[in-house]
Amino acid sequence: MRRIGWNWLGVLPFFAFAALFLVLPTMNIVIGAFQNPEGGLTLANLAGLASPRIVDSFAISIKVSLASAVLGCLIGFAMAAAVVMGGVPRWIKAPLMTFSGVASNFAGVPLAFAFIATLGRVGLVTMLLRQWFGINIYAMGFNLLSFWGLTLTYLFFQIPLMILIITPALEGLKREWREAAEVLGASTFQYWRMVALPILFPSLLGTFALLFANSFGAVATAYALTGSSLSIVPIMLFAQIRGDVLQDPHLGYAMAFGMIVVTGLANLAYVVMRTRAERWMR
Amino acid sequence: MRRVWSWAALIVGGLYFLLPLIGTIEFSLRMRRGEYSLDAYRSVLADAAFRQTFSYSVVMALLTIVLGVLIVVPTAYWVRLRLPRLRPVIEFITLLPLVIPAIVVVFGYIRLYNTSSILPLTGTASGTNLLLLCGYATLALPYMYRAVDTGLSTLDVRSLTEAAQSLGAGWVRIIGRLILPNVLGAVMSGAFLSFAIVIGEFTMAALLNRPAFGPYMQLLGANRAYEPAALAVIAFAVTWGCMGLMQLISRLFGTRIQPT
Repeated sequence: MRRIGWNWLGVLPFFAFAALFLVLPTMNIVIGAFQNPEGGLTLANLAGLASPRIVDSFAISIKVSLASAVLGCLIGFAMAAAVVMGGVPRWIKAPLMTFSGVASNFAGVPLAFAFIATLGRVGLVTMLLRQWFGINIYAMGFNLLSFWGLTLTYLFFQIPLMILIITPALEGLKREWREAAEVLGASTFQYWRMVALPILFPSLLGTFALLFANSFGAVATAYALTGSSLSIVPIMLFAQIRGDVLQDPHLGYAMAFGMIVVTGLANLAYVVMRTRAERWMR
Repeated sequence: MRRVWSWAALIVGGLYFLLPLIGTIEFSLRMRRGEYSLDAYRSVLADAAFRQTFSYSVVMALLTIVLGVLIVVPTAYWVRLRLPRLRPVIEFITLLPLVIPAIVVVFGYIRLYNTSSILPLTGTASGTNLLLLCGYATLALPYMYRAVDTGLSTLDVRSLTEAAQSLGAGWVRIIGRLILPNVLGAVMSGAFLSFAIVIGEFTMAALLNRPAFGPYMQLLGANRAYEPAALAVIAFAVTWGCMGLMQLISRLFGTRIQPT
Protein backbone atom coordinates (compact mmCIF):
# COMPACT_ATOMS: atom_id res chain seq x y z
CA MET A 1 0.00 0.00 0.00
CA ARG A 2 2.86 2.35 0.74
CA ARG A 3 3.91 2.09 -2.90
CA ILE A 4 0.62 3.54 -4.12
CA GLY A 5 1.02 6.40 -1.65
CA TRP A 6 4.43 7.28 -3.07
CA ASN A 7 3.22 7.04 -6.64
CA TRP A 8 0.54 9.64 -5.98
CA LEU A 9 3.21 12.03 -4.80
CA GLY A 10 4.63 12.23 -8.34
CA VAL A 11 1.53 13.84 -9.79
CA LEU A 12 0.81 16.00 -6.76
CA PRO A 13 2.40 19.18 -8.21
CA PHE A 14 0.29 18.85 -11.34
CA PHE A 15 -2.94 18.33 -9.42
CA ALA A 16 -2.10 21.15 -7.02
CA PHE A 17 -1.46 23.48 -9.94
CA ALA A 18 -4.59 22.42 -11.82
CA ALA A 19 -6.68 22.78 -8.67
CA LEU A 20 -5.34 26.22 -7.73
CA PHE A 21 -5.31 27.85 -11.15
CA LEU A 22 -7.93 26.03 -13.16
CA VAL A 23 -10.48 24.00 -11.23
CA LEU A 24 -10.98 26.05 -8.06
CA PRO A 25 -11.29 29.44 -9.83
CA THR A 26 -13.85 27.95 -12.21
CA MET A 27 -15.73 26.24 -9.38
CA ASN A 28 -15.71 29.51 -7.51
CA ILE A 29 -17.52 31.22 -10.39
CA VAL A 30 -19.96 28.33 -10.82
CA ILE A 31 -20.80 28.35 -7.12
CA GLY A 32 -21.09 32.13 -7.17
CA ALA A 33 -23.71 31.76 -9.88
CA PHE A 34 -25.90 29.85 -7.42
CA GLN A 35 -25.36 32.12 -4.43
CA ASN A 36 -27.09 35.25 -3.28
CA PRO A 37 -25.03 38.11 -1.76
CA GLU A 38 -25.57 36.62 1.71
CA GLY A 39 -24.07 33.31 0.62
CA GLY A 40 -27.28 31.27 0.53
CA LEU A 41 -28.22 29.00 -2.34
CA THR A 42 -30.45 30.54 -4.99
CA LEU A 43 -31.56 30.20 -8.58
CA ALA A 44 -32.36 33.90 -8.80
CA ASN A 45 -29.08 34.69 -10.61
CA LEU A 46 -29.83 32.23 -13.36
CA ALA A 47 -33.36 33.62 -13.59
CA GLY A 48 -31.75 37.06 -13.84
CA LEU A 49 -30.10 35.94 -17.08
CA ALA A 50 -33.55 36.21 -18.66
CA SER A 51 -33.28 40.00 -18.69
CA PRO A 52 -33.56 41.33 -22.27
CA ARG A 53 -30.02 42.75 -22.31
CA ILE A 54 -28.40 39.43 -21.40
CA VAL A 55 -30.69 37.36 -23.60
CA ASP A 56 -29.82 39.66 -26.50
CA SER A 57 -26.12 39.29 -25.86
CA PHE A 58 -26.36 35.49 -25.78
CA ALA A 59 -28.49 35.56 -28.93
CA ILE A 60 -26.02 37.67 -30.90
CA SER A 61 -23.05 35.67 -29.56
CA ILE A 62 -24.68 32.41 -30.61
CA LYS A 63 -25.58 33.90 -34.01
CA VAL A 64 -22.01 35.06 -34.66
CA SER A 65 -20.62 31.72 -33.49
CA LEU A 66 -23.08 29.75 -35.62
CA ALA A 67 -22.45 31.87 -38.72
CA SER A 68 -18.67 31.74 -38.40
CA ALA A 69 -18.76 28.00 -37.64
CA VAL A 70 -21.05 27.19 -40.61
CA LEU A 71 -19.07 29.31 -43.06
CA GLY A 72 -15.77 28.17 -41.56
CA CYS A 73 -16.81 24.53 -42.02
CA LEU A 74 -18.05 25.02 -45.59
CA ILE A 75 -15.09 27.04 -46.87
CA GLY A 76 -12.53 25.04 -44.92
CA PHE A 77 -14.04 21.82 -46.22
CA ALA A 78 -14.02 23.09 -49.81
CA MET A 79 -10.36 24.10 -49.53
CA ALA A 80 -9.31 20.86 -47.83
CA ALA A 81 -11.24 18.77 -50.36
CA ALA A 82 -9.66 20.73 -53.21
CA VAL A 83 -6.19 19.91 -51.94
CA VAL A 84 -6.83 16.27 -50.97
CA MET A 85 -8.94 15.09 -53.91
CA GLY A 86 -9.48 18.01 -56.25
CA GLY A 87 -6.70 17.25 -58.70
CA VAL A 88 -4.62 20.34 -57.92
CA PRO A 89 -0.82 19.97 -57.76
CA ARG A 90 0.40 18.10 -54.67
CA TRP A 91 2.85 20.76 -53.56
CA ILE A 92 -0.02 23.08 -52.55
CA LYS A 93 -0.90 20.97 -49.52
CA ALA A 94 2.20 21.58 -47.40
CA PRO A 95 2.11 25.40 -47.57
CA LEU A 96 -1.65 25.39 -47.00
CA MET A 97 -1.27 23.29 -43.85
CA THR A 98 1.62 25.44 -42.59
CA PHE A 99 -0.33 28.60 -43.25
CA SER A 100 -3.38 27.13 -41.50
CA GLY A 101 -1.24 26.38 -38.46
CA VAL A 102 -0.13 30.01 -38.33
CA ALA A 103 -3.49 31.60 -39.14
CA SER A 104 -5.43 29.48 -36.64
CA ASN A 105 -3.18 31.00 -33.97
CA PHE A 106 -3.34 34.52 -35.35
CA ALA A 107 -6.36 35.62 -33.35
CA GLY A 108 -6.80 38.46 -30.95
CA VAL A 109 -5.96 42.13 -31.16
CA PRO A 110 -3.68 42.07 -34.26
CA LEU A 111 -6.33 40.21 -36.25
CA ALA A 112 -8.80 42.98 -35.53
CA PHE A 113 -6.22 45.54 -36.72
CA ALA A 114 -5.67 43.58 -39.92
CA PHE A 115 -9.36 43.67 -40.75
CA ILE A 116 -9.71 47.34 -39.89
CA ALA A 117 -6.82 48.05 -42.26
CA THR A 118 -8.51 45.97 -44.95
CA LEU A 119 -12.26 46.42 -44.62
CA GLY A 120 -12.47 49.45 -42.36
CA ARG A 121 -13.75 52.76 -43.72
CA VAL A 122 -10.39 53.63 -45.28
CA GLY A 123 -9.13 50.04 -45.59
CA LEU A 124 -7.43 48.74 -48.70
CA VAL A 125 -10.30 46.63 -50.04
CA THR A 126 -12.89 49.29 -49.22
CA MET A 127 -10.89 51.90 -51.14
CA LEU A 128 -10.10 49.64 -54.09
CA LEU A 129 -13.74 48.62 -54.50
CA ARG A 130 -14.69 52.27 -54.57
CA GLN A 131 -11.93 53.38 -56.94
CA TRP A 132 -12.03 50.46 -59.36
CA PHE A 133 -15.66 49.41 -59.38
CA GLY A 134 -17.44 52.39 -57.86
CA ILE A 135 -18.84 50.17 -55.12
CA ASN A 136 -19.10 51.84 -51.74
CA ILE A 137 -19.68 48.96 -49.35
CA TYR A 138 -20.30 51.29 -46.42
CA ALA A 139 -23.04 53.10 -48.34
CA MET A 140 -24.53 49.67 -49.02
CA GLY A 141 -24.91 49.08 -45.31
CA PHE A 142 -21.77 47.07 -44.60
CA ASN A 143 -20.07 47.83 -41.33
CA LEU A 144 -17.01 46.03 -39.97
CA LEU A 145 -18.21 46.71 -36.44
CA SER A 146 -21.30 44.58 -36.86
CA PHE A 147 -22.54 41.02 -36.93
CA TRP A 148 -21.22 40.32 -40.44
CA GLY A 149 -17.99 42.20 -39.85
CA LEU A 150 -17.25 40.14 -36.76
CA THR A 151 -18.20 36.91 -38.53
CA LEU A 152 -15.97 37.75 -41.48
CA THR A 153 -13.08 38.46 -39.10
CA TYR A 154 -13.56 35.26 -37.08
CA LEU A 155 -13.42 33.26 -40.31
CA PHE A 156 -9.72 34.10 -40.47
CA PHE A 157 -9.03 31.63 -37.64
CA GLN A 158 -12.07 29.40 -38.16
CA ILE A 159 -11.32 28.30 -41.74
CA PRO A 160 -7.70 27.29 -40.95
CA LEU A 161 -8.83 25.32 -37.90
CA MET A 162 -11.33 23.46 -40.09
CA ILE A 163 -8.64 22.75 -42.68
CA LEU A 164 -6.26 21.43 -40.00
CA ILE A 165 -8.83 19.06 -38.54
CA ILE A 166 -10.71 17.90 -41.64
CA THR A 167 -7.75 17.23 -43.95
CA PRO A 168 -6.68 14.07 -42.07
CA ALA A 169 -10.32 12.91 -42.08
CA LEU A 170 -10.56 13.44 -45.85
CA GLU A 171 -7.29 11.59 -46.32
CA GLY A 172 -8.77 8.76 -44.28
CA LEU A 173 -11.43 8.14 -46.94
CA LYS A 174 -10.23 4.95 -48.55
CA ARG A 175 -9.81 4.74 -52.31
CA GLU A 176 -11.51 1.30 -52.16
CA TRP A 177 -14.76 2.85 -50.98
CA ARG A 178 -14.96 5.11 -53.99
CA GLU A 179 -13.96 2.30 -56.32
CA ALA A 180 -16.52 -0.04 -54.79
CA ALA A 181 -19.20 2.61 -55.20
CA GLU A 182 -18.21 3.19 -58.83
CA VAL A 183 -18.24 -0.55 -59.58
CA LEU A 184 -21.77 -0.66 -58.19
CA GLY A 185 -22.71 2.13 -60.61
CA ALA A 186 -22.81 5.10 -58.27
CA SER A 187 -22.38 8.59 -59.66
CA THR A 188 -20.03 11.04 -57.97
CA PHE A 189 -22.99 12.69 -56.31
CA GLN A 190 -24.29 9.35 -55.05
CA TYR A 191 -20.84 8.42 -53.73
CA TRP A 192 -20.70 11.64 -51.75
CA ARG A 193 -24.27 11.49 -50.52
CA MET A 194 -24.35 7.79 -49.58
CA VAL A 195 -20.73 6.94 -48.70
CA ALA A 196 -18.34 9.80 -48.10
CA LEU A 197 -20.57 12.29 -46.29
CA PRO A 198 -22.10 9.74 -43.88
CA ILE A 199 -18.57 8.63 -42.95
CA LEU A 200 -17.38 12.22 -42.61
CA PHE A 201 -20.53 13.37 -40.85
CA PRO A 202 -19.29 12.88 -37.27
CA SER A 203 -16.02 14.65 -38.12
CA LEU A 204 -17.90 17.52 -39.72
CA LEU A 205 -20.36 17.88 -36.88
CA GLY A 206 -17.62 17.56 -34.28
CA THR A 207 -15.44 20.18 -35.94
CA PHE A 208 -18.48 22.42 -36.28
CA ALA A 209 -19.01 22.19 -32.52
CA LEU A 210 -15.34 22.96 -31.91
CA LEU A 211 -15.44 26.00 -34.19
CA PHE A 212 -18.59 27.17 -32.44
CA ALA A 213 -16.92 27.01 -29.02
CA ASN A 214 -13.80 28.58 -30.46
CA SER A 215 -15.58 31.76 -31.52
CA PHE A 216 -17.98 31.83 -28.59
CA GLY A 217 -15.16 32.26 -26.08
CA ALA A 218 -13.12 34.74 -28.14
CA VAL A 219 -12.75 38.09 -26.39
CA ALA A 220 -9.73 39.96 -27.69
CA THR A 221 -10.61 40.07 -31.39
CA ALA A 222 -14.11 41.36 -30.75
CA TYR A 223 -12.99 43.84 -28.11
CA ALA A 224 -10.26 45.34 -30.29
CA LEU A 225 -12.60 45.42 -33.29
CA THR A 226 -15.79 46.82 -31.84
CA GLY A 227 -14.83 48.20 -28.45
CA SER A 228 -18.04 47.66 -26.56
CA SER A 229 -20.43 48.60 -29.38
CA LEU A 230 -21.44 45.02 -30.13
CA SER A 231 -22.57 43.43 -26.88
CA ILE A 232 -21.68 39.80 -27.36
CA VAL A 233 -21.41 37.70 -24.18
CA PRO A 234 -17.61 37.78 -23.69
CA ILE A 235 -17.54 41.56 -24.18
CA MET A 236 -20.34 42.10 -21.69
CA LEU A 237 -18.61 39.81 -19.21
CA PHE A 238 -15.37 41.74 -19.76
CA ALA A 239 -17.13 45.01 -18.97
CA GLN A 240 -18.82 43.38 -15.98
CA ILE A 241 -15.51 42.18 -14.51
CA ARG A 242 -13.95 45.60 -15.05
CA GLY A 243 -16.74 47.70 -13.67
CA ASP A 244 -19.82 45.74 -12.63
CA VAL A 245 -21.99 47.18 -15.42
CA LEU A 246 -24.83 44.81 -14.52
CA GLN A 247 -24.92 46.30 -11.01
CA ASP A 248 -25.03 42.80 -9.57
CA PRO A 249 -21.81 40.78 -9.19
CA HIS A 250 -23.72 37.53 -8.93
CA LEU A 251 -25.41 38.13 -12.28
CA GLY A 252 -21.86 38.31 -13.66
CA TYR A 253 -21.10 34.86 -12.22
CA ALA A 254 -24.31 33.55 -13.74
CA MET A 255 -23.27 34.94 -17.10
CA ALA A 256 -19.84 33.31 -16.85
CA PHE A 257 -21.57 30.08 -15.87
CA GLY A 258 -23.77 30.40 -18.97
CA MET A 259 -20.62 30.72 -21.06
CA ILE A 260 -19.14 27.56 -19.55
CA VAL A 261 -22.38 25.70 -20.24
CA VAL A 262 -22.40 26.73 -23.92
CA THR A 263 -18.71 26.00 -24.60
CA GLY A 264 -18.91 22.85 -22.45
CA LEU A 265 -21.84 21.46 -24.47
CA ALA A 266 -20.11 22.32 -27.75
CA ASN A 267 -16.91 20.59 -26.65
CA LEU A 268 -18.85 17.58 -25.41
CA ALA A 269 -20.44 17.31 -28.85
CA TYR A 270 -16.95 17.50 -30.37
CA VAL A 271 -15.58 14.70 -28.18
CA VAL A 272 -18.59 12.43 -28.76
CA MET A 273 -18.46 13.00 -32.51
CA ARG A 274 -14.72 12.45 -32.68
CA THR A 275 -15.05 9.08 -30.97
CA ARG A 276 -17.64 8.14 -33.56
CA ALA A 277 -15.52 9.42 -36.42
CA GLU A 278 -12.54 7.36 -35.28
CA ARG A 279 -14.49 4.14 -35.81
CA TRP A 280 -14.11 4.55 -39.56
CA MET A 281 -10.58 5.82 -39.53
CA ARG A 282 -8.84 2.58 -38.54
CA MET B 1 -14.80 20.06 -63.83
CA ARG B 2 -13.62 18.92 -60.43
CA ARG B 3 -10.37 20.74 -61.01
CA VAL B 4 -12.19 23.97 -61.84
CA TRP B 5 -14.11 23.86 -58.58
CA SER B 6 -10.96 23.03 -56.63
CA TRP B 7 -9.09 25.97 -58.07
CA ALA B 8 -12.10 28.20 -57.45
CA ALA B 9 -12.21 27.18 -53.77
CA LEU B 10 -8.47 27.68 -53.34
CA ILE B 11 -8.40 31.03 -55.12
CA VAL B 12 -11.38 32.44 -53.21
CA GLY B 13 -9.96 31.13 -49.93
CA GLY B 14 -6.48 32.35 -50.82
CA LEU B 15 -7.77 35.83 -51.60
CA TYR B 16 -9.62 35.92 -48.29
CA PHE B 17 -6.40 35.16 -46.44
CA LEU B 18 -4.06 37.26 -48.56
CA LEU B 19 -6.11 40.46 -48.75
CA PRO B 20 -6.05 41.24 -45.01
CA LEU B 21 -2.30 40.62 -44.96
CA ILE B 22 -1.68 42.86 -47.96
CA GLY B 23 -4.18 45.38 -46.62
CA THR B 24 -2.43 45.52 -43.26
CA ILE B 25 1.02 45.93 -44.77
CA GLU B 26 -0.23 48.59 -47.18
CA PHE B 27 -2.03 50.45 -44.41
CA SER B 28 1.01 50.35 -42.13
CA LEU B 29 3.03 52.13 -44.85
CA ARG B 30 0.49 54.92 -45.40
CA MET B 31 1.34 57.15 -42.43
CA ARG B 32 3.17 59.81 -44.46
CA ARG B 33 0.69 61.55 -46.72
CA GLY B 34 1.09 60.86 -50.43
CA GLU B 35 3.89 58.28 -50.27
CA TYR B 36 4.73 54.97 -48.65
CA SER B 37 7.04 55.15 -45.66
CA LEU B 38 8.07 53.19 -42.59
CA ASP B 39 6.98 56.04 -40.30
CA ALA B 40 4.40 53.91 -38.49
CA TYR B 41 7.04 51.31 -37.63
CA ARG B 42 9.47 54.02 -36.57
CA SER B 43 6.80 55.53 -34.37
CA VAL B 44 5.98 52.17 -32.79
CA LEU B 45 9.58 51.15 -32.22
CA ALA B 46 10.42 54.55 -30.73
CA ASP B 47 7.58 54.24 -28.24
CA ALA B 48 8.97 53.41 -24.80
CA ALA B 49 5.68 51.72 -23.88
CA PHE B 50 6.07 49.37 -26.85
CA ARG B 51 9.51 48.25 -25.69
CA GLN B 52 8.40 47.88 -22.08
CA THR B 53 5.23 45.92 -22.80
CA PHE B 54 6.86 43.80 -25.49
CA SER B 55 9.76 42.82 -23.26
CA TYR B 56 7.33 42.20 -20.38
CA SER B 57 5.39 39.78 -22.58
CA VAL B 58 8.55 38.12 -23.90
CA VAL B 59 9.74 37.50 -20.33
CA MET B 60 6.28 36.23 -19.36
CA ALA B 61 6.23 33.90 -22.37
CA LEU B 62 9.66 32.49 -21.51
CA LEU B 63 8.68 32.00 -17.86
CA THR B 64 5.44 30.35 -19.00
CA ILE B 65 7.46 27.88 -21.03
CA VAL B 66 9.74 27.12 -18.05
CA LEU B 67 6.78 26.67 -15.69
CA GLY B 68 4.93 24.59 -18.29
CA VAL B 69 7.93 22.29 -18.77
CA LEU B 70 8.41 21.93 -15.01
CA ILE B 71 4.78 20.91 -14.56
CA VAL B 72 4.18 18.87 -17.69
CA VAL B 73 7.35 16.84 -18.25
CA PRO B 74 7.59 15.16 -14.81
CA THR B 75 3.83 14.57 -14.74
CA ALA B 76 3.56 13.06 -18.22
CA TYR B 77 6.63 10.93 -17.49
CA TRP B 78 5.41 9.75 -14.13
CA VAL B 79 1.94 8.92 -15.44
CA ARG B 80 3.42 6.83 -18.24
CA LEU B 81 5.78 5.06 -15.85
CA ARG B 82 3.73 4.47 -12.74
CA LEU B 83 0.13 5.63 -13.06
CA PRO B 84 -1.09 4.69 -16.54
CA ARG B 85 -4.62 4.35 -15.20
CA LEU B 86 -4.60 8.04 -14.33
CA ARG B 87 -3.86 9.06 -17.91
CA PRO B 88 -7.45 9.78 -19.01
CA VAL B 89 -7.95 11.97 -15.92
CA ILE B 90 -4.78 13.97 -16.56
CA GLU B 91 -5.60 14.26 -20.24
CA PHE B 92 -9.08 15.52 -19.40
CA ILE B 93 -7.69 18.17 -17.05
CA THR B 94 -5.14 19.34 -19.61
CA LEU B 95 -7.94 19.83 -22.14
CA LEU B 96 -10.08 21.89 -19.75
CA PRO B 97 -8.44 25.21 -20.71
CA LEU B 98 -9.79 24.69 -24.21
CA VAL B 99 -13.29 24.24 -22.81
CA ILE B 100 -13.41 26.92 -20.11
CA PRO B 101 -12.99 30.36 -21.70
CA ALA B 102 -9.94 32.24 -20.43
CA ILE B 103 -12.16 35.12 -19.36
CA VAL B 104 -14.00 32.84 -16.93
CA VAL B 105 -10.76 31.47 -15.48
CA VAL B 106 -9.36 34.94 -14.87
CA PHE B 107 -12.69 36.03 -13.40
CA GLY B 108 -12.23 33.17 -10.94
CA TYR B 109 -8.69 34.36 -10.14
CA ILE B 110 -9.93 37.84 -9.37
CA ARG B 111 -12.55 36.43 -7.02
CA LEU B 112 -10.37 33.76 -5.44
CA TYR B 113 -7.12 35.69 -4.98
CA ASN B 114 -8.39 39.16 -4.15
CA THR B 115 -6.96 41.22 -1.32
CA SER B 116 -9.44 39.90 1.25
CA SER B 117 -8.78 36.22 0.52
CA ILE B 118 -6.39 33.75 2.16
CA LEU B 119 -3.94 34.04 -0.73
CA PRO B 120 -4.11 37.75 -1.69
CA LEU B 121 -2.06 37.46 -4.88
CA THR B 122 -3.71 40.43 -6.59
CA GLY B 123 -2.68 42.69 -3.70
CA THR B 124 0.87 43.20 -5.00
CA ALA B 125 2.37 43.66 -8.45
CA SER B 126 4.64 40.64 -8.12
CA GLY B 127 1.75 38.53 -6.83
CA THR B 128 -0.36 39.54 -9.82
CA ASN B 129 2.55 38.76 -12.15
CA LEU B 130 2.75 35.31 -10.60
CA LEU B 131 -1.00 34.87 -11.04
CA LEU B 132 -0.80 35.93 -14.70
CA LEU B 133 2.12 33.54 -15.20
CA CYS B 134 0.07 30.67 -13.79
CA GLY B 135 -2.86 31.74 -15.98
CA TYR B 136 -0.63 31.63 -19.04
CA ALA B 137 0.69 28.23 -18.00
CA THR B 138 -2.90 26.92 -17.91
CA LEU B 139 -3.52 28.39 -21.39
CA ALA B 140 -0.41 26.60 -22.65
CA LEU B 141 -1.20 23.35 -20.80
CA PRO B 142 -3.21 21.61 -23.57
CA TYR B 143 -0.52 22.23 -26.20
CA MET B 144 2.41 21.52 -23.90
CA TYR B 145 0.97 18.31 -22.55
CA ARG B 146 -0.04 16.92 -25.93
CA ALA B 147 3.38 17.70 -27.40
CA VAL B 148 5.31 16.15 -24.51
CA ASP B 149 3.02 13.11 -24.28
CA THR B 150 3.46 12.46 -28.01
CA GLY B 151 7.22 12.79 -27.55
CA LEU B 152 7.17 10.33 -24.65
CA SER B 153 5.11 7.83 -26.62
CA THR B 154 8.09 7.27 -28.90
CA LEU B 155 10.34 6.33 -25.95
CA ASP B 156 10.54 3.14 -23.97
CA VAL B 157 10.15 5.01 -20.71
CA ARG B 158 10.31 1.94 -18.50
CA SER B 159 13.56 0.51 -19.91
CA LEU B 160 15.22 3.92 -19.95
CA THR B 161 14.28 4.47 -16.31
CA GLU B 162 15.45 1.05 -15.22
CA ALA B 163 18.73 1.45 -17.07
CA ALA B 164 19.29 4.85 -15.43
CA GLN B 165 18.35 3.53 -11.99
CA SER B 166 20.69 0.59 -12.27
CA LEU B 167 23.44 3.09 -13.01
CA GLY B 168 22.52 4.88 -9.80
CA ALA B 169 20.65 7.93 -11.11
CA GLY B 170 18.05 9.64 -8.91
CA TRP B 171 14.68 10.97 -10.08
CA VAL B 172 15.80 14.53 -10.69
CA ARG B 173 18.73 13.28 -12.73
CA ILE B 174 16.53 10.86 -14.70
CA ILE B 175 14.01 13.55 -15.62
CA GLY B 176 16.51 16.34 -16.17
CA ARG B 177 19.32 14.48 -17.92
CA LEU B 178 17.53 11.59 -19.59
CA ILE B 179 13.83 12.23 -20.23
CA LEU B 180 13.96 15.97 -20.97
CA PRO B 181 16.73 15.73 -23.62
CA ASN B 182 14.88 12.87 -25.26
CA VAL B 183 11.64 14.81 -25.61
CA LEU B 184 13.39 18.11 -26.32
CA GLY B 185 11.98 18.35 -29.85
CA ALA B 186 8.44 17.88 -28.55
CA VAL B 187 9.04 20.31 -25.70
CA MET B 188 10.37 22.95 -28.09
CA SER B 189 7.42 22.65 -30.46
CA GLY B 190 5.07 23.05 -27.49
CA ALA B 191 7.21 25.95 -26.31
CA PHE B 192 7.01 27.88 -29.58
CA LEU B 193 3.25 27.48 -29.71
CA SER B 194 3.00 28.69 -26.11
CA PHE B 195 5.19 31.66 -26.97
CA ALA B 196 2.94 32.59 -29.89
CA ILE B 197 -0.13 32.39 -27.66
CA VAL B 198 1.28 34.30 -24.70
CA ILE B 199 3.06 37.13 -26.52
CA GLY B 200 -0.14 38.82 -27.71
CA GLU B 201 -2.55 37.55 -25.07
CA PHE B 202 -5.08 40.21 -24.16
CA THR B 203 -7.89 39.04 -21.88
CA MET B 204 -6.00 37.81 -18.82
CA ALA B 205 -3.41 40.60 -18.87
CA ALA B 206 -6.06 43.30 -19.31
CA LEU B 207 -8.29 42.01 -16.52
CA LEU B 208 -5.35 41.57 -14.15
CA ASN B 209 -4.11 45.06 -15.12
CA ARG B 210 -0.64 43.97 -16.14
CA PRO B 211 1.41 46.06 -18.62
CA ALA B 212 1.56 43.34 -21.28
CA PHE B 213 1.81 43.61 -25.05
CA GLY B 214 -1.81 42.60 -25.75
CA PRO B 215 -3.45 45.40 -23.74
CA TYR B 216 -0.88 47.85 -25.14
CA MET B 217 -1.86 46.91 -28.69
CA GLN B 218 -5.53 47.33 -27.84
CA LEU B 219 -4.93 50.75 -26.31
CA LEU B 220 -2.92 51.89 -29.30
CA GLY B 221 -5.64 50.58 -31.60
CA ALA B 222 -8.22 52.71 -29.86
CA ASN B 223 -6.11 55.89 -30.16
CA ARG B 224 -4.01 55.74 -33.32
CA ALA B 225 -4.61 55.08 -36.99
CA TYR B 226 -1.50 53.66 -38.64
CA GLU B 227 0.55 52.26 -35.77
CA PRO B 228 -1.92 49.43 -35.07
CA ALA B 229 -1.41 48.11 -38.61
CA ALA B 230 2.35 48.17 -38.07
CA LEU B 231 1.84 46.30 -34.78
CA ALA B 232 -0.33 43.73 -36.54
CA VAL B 233 2.44 43.14 -39.08
CA ILE B 234 4.98 42.73 -36.28
CA ALA B 235 2.66 40.38 -34.35
CA PHE B 236 2.02 38.33 -37.47
CA ALA B 237 5.75 38.08 -38.10
CA VAL B 238 6.28 36.86 -34.51
CA THR B 239 3.50 34.25 -34.86
CA TRP B 240 4.88 33.19 -38.23
CA GLY B 241 8.41 32.96 -36.80
CA CYS B 242 7.25 30.82 -33.87
CA MET B 243 5.27 28.43 -36.03
CA GLY B 244 8.04 28.25 -38.61
CA LEU B 245 10.63 27.42 -35.93
CA MET B 246 8.21 24.86 -34.52
CA GLN B 247 7.97 23.07 -37.86
CA LEU B 248 11.71 23.28 -38.37
CA ILE B 249 12.39 21.86 -34.91
CA SER B 250 9.95 19.00 -35.30
CA ARG B 251 11.59 18.15 -38.62
CA LEU B 252 15.10 18.39 -37.15
CA PHE B 253 14.28 16.39 -34.04
CA GLY B 254 11.87 14.12 -35.84
CA THR B 255 14.50 11.47 -36.34
CA ARG B 256 16.06 11.83 -32.93
CA ILE B 257 12.81 11.13 -31.09
CA GLN B 258 12.33 7.85 -32.93
CA PRO B 259 12.88 4.77 -30.76
CA THR B 260 16.25 3.19 -31.30
